[in-house]
Amino acid sequence: MKLNGSQILCEALVREGVSVVFGQPGGAIMPFYNFLRDYDLRHILCRHEQGAAHMADGYARATGEVGVAMATSGPGATNMVTGIVTALMDSVPIVCLTGQVPTNMMGGDAFQETDTTGITMPVTKHNYQLMDVRDIARIVKEAFHVARTGRPGPVLIDFPKDIQTAEGEYVEPDGIELPGFKPTLRGNVRQVRQAANLIGQAKKPIILAGHGIILAEAYDELLAFAEKTEIPVITTLLGISGFPDTHRLHFGFPGMHGTYYANMAISECDVMVAVGMRMDDRVTGRLNAFAPYAKIIHIDIDPAELGKNVQATVPIVGDAKEVLGQLLAEVEPKEHPDWLQRLRELRIAHPSLALPESTEKMSTPWILRQLYHATGGEAILVTDVGQAQMWAAQHYFFDRRNTHITSGGLGPMGYALPAAIGVQAGRPNEEVWCVTGDGGFQMTVQEMAVIAEERLPIRIALINNGYLGMVRQWQELFWEKRYMAVEMQNPDFVTLSEAYGIPARVVETTDQVMPTYEWARRIDGPVLIDFRVEREENVWPMVPPGASLQETLEDPAQANEDAITVDEMREMVASGSGGGGV
Amino acid sequence: MQHTLVALVENQPGVLQRVANLFSRRGFNIESLTVGHTDTPKRSRMTIVVNAADTQVDQVTKQLYKLINVLKVSDVTTDRTVDRELALIKVNASASTRAEIAQVVDIFRARIVDLARDSLTVEVTGESEKIDSIVGLLRPFGLKEMVRTGRISMTRGSGAIGVNGSA
Repeated sequence: MKLNGSQILCEALVREGVSVVFGQPGGAIMPFYNFLRDYDLRHILCRHEQGAAHMADGYARATGEVGVAMATSGPGATNMVTGIVTALMDSVPIVCLTGQVPTNMMGGDAFQETDTTGITMPVTKHNYQLMDVRDIARIVKEAFHVARTGRPGPVLIDFPKDIQTAEGEYVEPDGIELPGFKPTLRGNVRQVRQAANLIGQAKKPIILAGHGIILAEAYDELLAFAEKTEIPVITTLLGISGFPDTHRLHFGFPGMHGTYYANMAISECDVMVAVGMRMDDRVTGRLNAFAPYAKIIHIDIDPAELGKNVQATVPIVGDAKEVLGQLLAEVEPKEHPDWLQRLRELRIAHPSLALPESTEKMSTPWILRQLYHATGGEAILVTDVGQAQMWAAQHYFFDRRNTHITSGGLGPMGYALPAAIGVQAGRPNEEVWCVTGDGGFQMTVQEMAVIAEERLPIRIALINNGYLGMVRQWQELFWEKRYMAVEMQNPDFVTLSEAYGIPARVVETTDQVMPTYEWARRIDGPVLIDFRVEREENVWPMVPPGASLQETLEDPAQANEDAITVDEMREMVASGSGGGGV
Repeated sequence: MQHTLVALVENQPGVLQRVANLFSRRGFNIESLTVGHTDTPKRSRMTIVVNAADTQVDQVTKQLYKLINVLKVSDVTTDRTVDRELALIKVNASASTRAEIAQVVDIFRARIVDLARDSLTVEVTGESEKIDSIVGLLRPFGLKEMVRTGRISMTRGSGAIGVNGSA
């Protein structure tokens, strides 16, 4: 049957199992949108293309399926770039489709022309410039395969306007021929055995589990492996909800704002099983002091992550689910009562997440802990970037699988609101909370229109302190409190929300917190709560940039005598002994 | 130290840009990069000369493998190899200096490939050091123009850098 390029592409999307796409039309992608109408594909209209990419990203993280975003040429494509890099750095499978000027005009600086494949080459896992209608079916199939296989990531297809209308046929590609793309899934048997030996000899082992657990759906294997060997588990920011937070073997998350005891466990351990994580600087602190006593077993599907930042004693290339399964079969049951006792004592002496039962102050950690209680820990939290992100990761306890969605690597403010749209679209029956700050919220606030239009029952907890809070915290701690460009004069968020047709309330006192959560949960549809919180609260613990995990600072109000003080830390940073981190 | 990497890649649009991008993004300065077909037009072979520490080369090799169109990467630095580079050198030459230049050309088994009233063009092939030497000897006559191809390398013996036995 004769079809045109747009129809062939729609056909290919349907065959990939796509049911929802996020995007916005424009000149160079109009033919495609004309034919998209005829297909059984739900289109969610973003209000900015960065939003479309974050929506596809949220959808992919929440469902494990490839998310699809589309935009026109030029500004449509460039607007998507932030969302594409977010997906690249956090290994999220998305396929982006961009319109392009007709092939005979390419290279001539036509209206809304840009070198989209050139711009996105370093920030995609792979990208394609379509030039022939006969390549469409094959390229779409390849793009989805590349996006979801091995270490997932974003793939972009640039689709010139004349190819969208060129006549052709849909010919099912017979298989995928990519000789240069054969990810290793199963761990090398000899290395797995070596790892099992190390684990067998360990006195103070830990597991450091990352996003790979969630991406590979290795939950059962991780749980069984940790329980069989009785090894304490620390989940990285993106690993949160890969292992139950309230499990007796779980000891928080590590790094810059991780728990004190997680950072000390890393610093004292003799064997570390790092799985599905990439030794990011926010996790490791100063590299030359990272896990000084540990023999490291590093498992990752991307060989380039092994030895990139930290040398492993036993590097294993493979899929987290596969390799943990192999290890599980290889290791002997063990117990580590003394080591666990040591960590529990550390946790009692340094209770990083301890909060008062009640408080007079509108303290964000306390407010987010109340959210945990209000939802019974059952909600999915989509969090933005900065203080609120860290507090949510610390003070909400995630026992359900894949319920903590946040951007780790790129850290784009404004991620949460559009990502929550993708999450809710992918998991319509879940209770989704978007936890964001007044700074981040305003970076993508226009997507409120999408939430209203689609009647997505997203609940927005707006942590409003009138500051770019994390930057303010750094200015307070490291720049002599010389506040510069961090205070914001905000709109009335309740009026703003209501203008979009989304009911909203202000919360100014702690006694209103629980009742307002309850009010929000009763509403059938989206809702916003404007929490007027303590303005100058800091996130603790904190590893100053360039410092080591051993130098974790605690809340000055909680720290005991031998703790490093903020003044000592300030001196460290000023004298450069911190090593000049970012 | 100087490393010579050989990369077999699929002959696709943009593959050179992907490889070159990767080197600059990871902070490598490419000394030279040559690219051309192998015995099958579907595949190209690149010889890339870079200055970098061993651990950095290990990392960039792994990053190269992540490019979908890259099939095989070999660091041939410590292998026994045949290395060749070609240069064209246009040098000032008057009637009185021509003979002297021809002597240098002879000794280096180079060739004079073009002749004008006041200049001549020398073609020379060999290892980079040999080309450096002849350039040094010709420089006093006055170099008008020079172009070098950059190094290509092949391992000695019957072994081959290929994918499943074929180039």
